[in-house]
Amino acid sequence: MNRIAQTLRGAALLDFWGAFALGMRYFFKKKPTINYPFEKGRLSPRFRGQHALRRYANGEERCIACKLCEAVCPAQAITIEAEPREDGSRRTTRYDIDMVKCIYCGFCAEACPVDAIVEGPNFEFAVETREELYYDKEKLLDNGDRWEREIARNLELDARYR
Amino acid sequence: MYDFVTQFGPLWGALASVGQILGFIVVLLLSLAYLLLMDRKVWAAVQLRKGPNTVGAFGLLQSFADFIKFVVKEIVVPAGADRPLFLLAPLLTFIFAFITWAVIPVAPGWVISDLNVGILYIFAISSLGVYGIIIGGWASNSKYPFLGSLRSAAQMVSYEVSIGFVLVTILVMAGTMNLTTLVDAQAGGFWNWHVLSFDMLPWPAFLITIPMFVIFFISALAETNRPPFDLPEAESELVAGYQVEYSSTPYLLFMIGEYLNIVLMCALMTVLFFGGWHAPFDIAPFTWIPPVFWFAIKVVFFFFMFAMVKALVPRYRYDQLMRLGWKIFLPTSLAAVFVMAGIVVYTNAGQAI
Repeated sequence: MNRIAQTLRGAALLDFWGAFALGMRYFFKKKPTINYPFEKGRLSPRFRGQHALRRYANGEERCIACKLCEAVCPAQAITIEAEPREDGSRRTTRYDIDMVKCIYCGFCAEACPVDAIVEGPNFEFAVETREELYYDKEKLLDNGDRWEREIARNLELDARYR
Repeated sequence: MYDFVTQFGPLWGALASVGQILGFIVVLLLSLAYLLLMDRKVWAAVQLRKGPNTVGAFGLLQSFADFIKFVVKEIVVPAGADRPLFLLAPLLTFIFAFITWAVIPVAPGWVISDLNVGILYIFAISSLGVYGIIIGGWASNSKYPFLGSLRSAAQMVSYEVSIGFVLVTILVMAGTMNLTTLVDAQAGGFWNWHVLSFDMLPWPAFLITIPMFVIFFISALAETNRPPFDLPEAESELVAGYQVEYSSTPYLLFMIGEYLNIVLMCALMTVLFFGGWHAPFDIAPFTWIPPVFWFAIKVVFFFFMFAMVKALVPRYRYDQLMRLGWKIFLPTSLAAVFVMAGIVVYTNAGQAI
């Protein structure tokens, strides 16, 4: 009896018609797709994107060449060389991040005592050659200048969870 | 359409015929471009996606962009492949997909070649279609394409049998193998279409033709390697089956051939079961739409069903596929041929002859 019922169900394609009704219901539903290059999703303040070196409000760079980020970096993507400047302060002469090696863990930003190196909200920095991904100090400071407003806001929003 | 040779003499008549064929091919390819887009859109919509919508308004130019991409890429012939056969296989698929269309009547008198044995011609060509896949799989000299083509051969041969019996049922009922006559016999309204065939009452022929249509639809899915019967190119097992080694233009030819076969199956369903170019009612608002549009509407509807099946039904296992083909469809369609032949003999209901 069970077998006959199953055969009849199969012959009437009941399973298919059920699936078809379901499919048509989804067919007319609103699509959750985000039209990416024209629409973008919301990013968390903690989003870890492209790196940036920040400056103080008076234009002085924050980095004091403590090399904590270089030490903590699990991918060993950061290279720092430092010597005292004419005014006697410790500053970097070289600050390179190999963005090909970087795994975007955010440890450098965590380790930084002066919030100099941060990972900003920018994730659209695809380039056509590998060389362009070897960021030097100039490029990182430029990133910091460009994204300072967003980075400062994100740090402020995230501060109470730290 | 018309006998150009007797009208214009041998040279200009032949040229006119060639022009007509080229025109038909261009129209077919253009509609195929949009059917492909529709396939992707329907599939996307069921999965709550939007589908291609960037190239042109609503993605209307997507197929043409893909076409350009395929054509300008490099043709990679794998080392160890049988070069002539490797390049011949997609051409075969492409050509067989096109030449079947010669006998499909799209509107009254609109048929390239009004063969008296149109159904036999379709039989013959669709059986040849499997060669493209087998040759392609073998010539690739690679494991997955070979397995895929073997599967495909077994599958297409199995389901061709039941498709054959379904066609025999219909041609016994209609009493003709000419597709134009077959469509003309379905004039008058949707109750005369072969899928219902109320004009054969009191013999309830629809009790046979409706299941036959279902069998034809499902066999057509298997015959064209569409999901849920896409075992020859099952991506979870065989990567892409017989197409693994193909790239660029040969792949494009395979793809066009495959989709053209699908559209052909939709057209066959329209012609054999759903009254071809005839409107569902033979009264004013329906007859305003030209016959060719009725044909197109029906084909697009069946293509939509094909796309929905692709979106909804999970893939069959190989033994399930064979069981369905040999143990369910074959006996059912064979019995239907006998019953239908009996009805026709005892009622003289075969009208056309």
